[in-house]
Amino acid sequence: MQQFENASAGDIVLSIADRIIENRAYLSEIDGKIGDGDHGVNMAKGFGMAADRIRGNDMSLATALDTLGTVLMTEIGGSMGPLYGVMFTQFAETIEKSPAIDVRTFSAMLSNGLDGIQSIGSAKVGDKTLLDTLVPAIEAFDAANADGKSFPDALDALVVAAEKGRDSTRDLVAKVGRASRLGERSVGVLDAGATSCALILKALALGAKQKLLMSATAGR
Amino acid sequence: MQRFINNPDEVVEDTVKGFVKAHADLVRLASNPRVIAARHAPVDGKVGVITGGGSGHEPAFIGYTGRNMLDAVAVGELFSSPTAKSFLDAAREANGGKGVVCLYGNYAGDNMNVKMAIKLAAKEDITIATVVANDDVCSAGPDEREKRRGVAGEIFMWKCAGALAAEGASLEAVQAVAQRAIDNCRSIGVGLGPCTLPAVGHPNFLIEPGTMEVGIGHHGEPGVRVEPLKPAAEIARDMAKIVLDDHDLAAGTEVAVLVSGLGATPANELYILNDTIEQEITGRGLTIHKTYIGNYFTSLEMVGATLTVMALDAELKRLLDVDVDCPARL
Repeated sequence: MQQFENASAGDIVLSIADRIIENRAYLSEIDGKIGDGDHGVNMAKGFGMAADRIRGNDMSLATALDTLGTVLMTEIGGSMGPLYGVMFTQFAETIEKSPAIDVRTFSAMLSNGLDGIQSIGSAKVGDKTLLDTLVPAIEAFDAANADGKSFPDALDALVVAAEKGRDSTRDLVAKVGRASRLGERSVGVLDAGATSCALILKALALGAKQKLLMSATAGR
Repeated sequence: MQRFINNPDEVVEDTVKGFVKAHADLVRLASNPRVIAARHAPVDGKVGVITGGGSGHEPAFIGYTGRNMLDAVAVGELFSSPTAKSFLDAAREANGGKGVVCLYGNYAGDNMNVKMAIKLAAKEDITIATVVANDDVCSAGPDEREKRRGVAGEIFMWKCAGALAAEGASLEAVQAVAQRAIDNCRSIGVGLGPCTLPAVGHPNFLIEPGTMEVGIGHHGEPGVRVEPLKPAAEIARDMAKIVLDDHDLAAGTEVAVLVSGLGATPANELYILNDTIEQEITGRGLTIHKTYIGNYFTSLEMVGATLTVMALDAELKRLLDVDVDCPARL
């Protein structure tokens, strides 16, 4: 059975934070085209604060995800604080009792995170939001799993679908959030939330794949 | 950009620090530095009245903290919703054991953070009831009023609810009067020049020289039309027409009028607008009970103005006339 240990896997969250911080200027730039240009700044601030609390503390994946979610929810306002905050805290709650993360736990984690977002936000797929990345990514992960693909292959499918979903927002008209007031004028630009969501999912998937590889090697 | 700023990333901290020093007789900083509380709050047995929103709209939101007004305010970054934690802490500061009403504007971030705060507050037995302001006529059609944004009408909502809460009314009664107050408000904004978030450094949006944007939002959200700049009387006539056509009030109705600058419009120009606004309102057979004019709800240094008209009934009129003590002039 392919799985990786929850304990000490908190460094996956550090790599997510690194990707967000590296893309600070890029995320603000695309947000500035149709939003108010603060997405990269706010995201880097929140993920950076969380990384400072996680680094050097040998956290489980669950604890690190909870730390990130709590920081986003309590320190970063706007729309992204509560949306990503609830997603990461729901991720954490789903896996906190699992010593090892297998494909079923990972799938449950993703869909509980999505449920959390949908419980506070009003967006649907196609509204030019992070859901255009997250929903197809989870569907692709579950479909790969149902087709009998391995856990790492399902993670690859997740990344491909996330990036395709992100790119789909270029042609969409924003329906919620500040960009929605631009209507047709929002077409032609990527959604900043969909873009950061693709970065997060990719870093999460790569981190999980690396852990799977390490535990497979260790078990040999 | 020539502005009075230290560090662009610390604009809100610096604003709050100076604000609390200036108005220490009325307000205090809560243990959460993103919450302003009234000196008197919480009052035992009184419904707490709170709001919250992005900064950059001063004197809104913090300037309306005080006696017979708001008990606490959650403070966000410039044009960005406060955190759920700040809304929760504002509710804690205001909670006198009878529940708290959170009266805020219809923006995606505020909606989500308030929703999270309600969940967190329930865990410590604080009930938060809400009223979501949606007085901005141009932000959605009459058939989609629930999608409209909240703007300067919020001040009338806070004033009526704050006064009723101070009389010892129940949570349900305060919520109901706040809802009626905002339902009776219609607002419109006209933008002549854009505004700039200091950390971004360039204008959020553009208004071409010689043009104006009718129906602009409080953060520069696009209006319903861009047209050549006209004499003030014609602009005022358009503003009054849009507000009053949507309102559809019976002749003889008493109204309160609020004309606010958006940050960089000289006060005298608001009077120029009001000269025509008054004619348009009374010309429809309405009676103006009271006019508020000045910078009540701004958008950084946007050039422009908003008009809010609230229809009064006996109770709203009485509550509106209750004296308040808060940093903003009311």
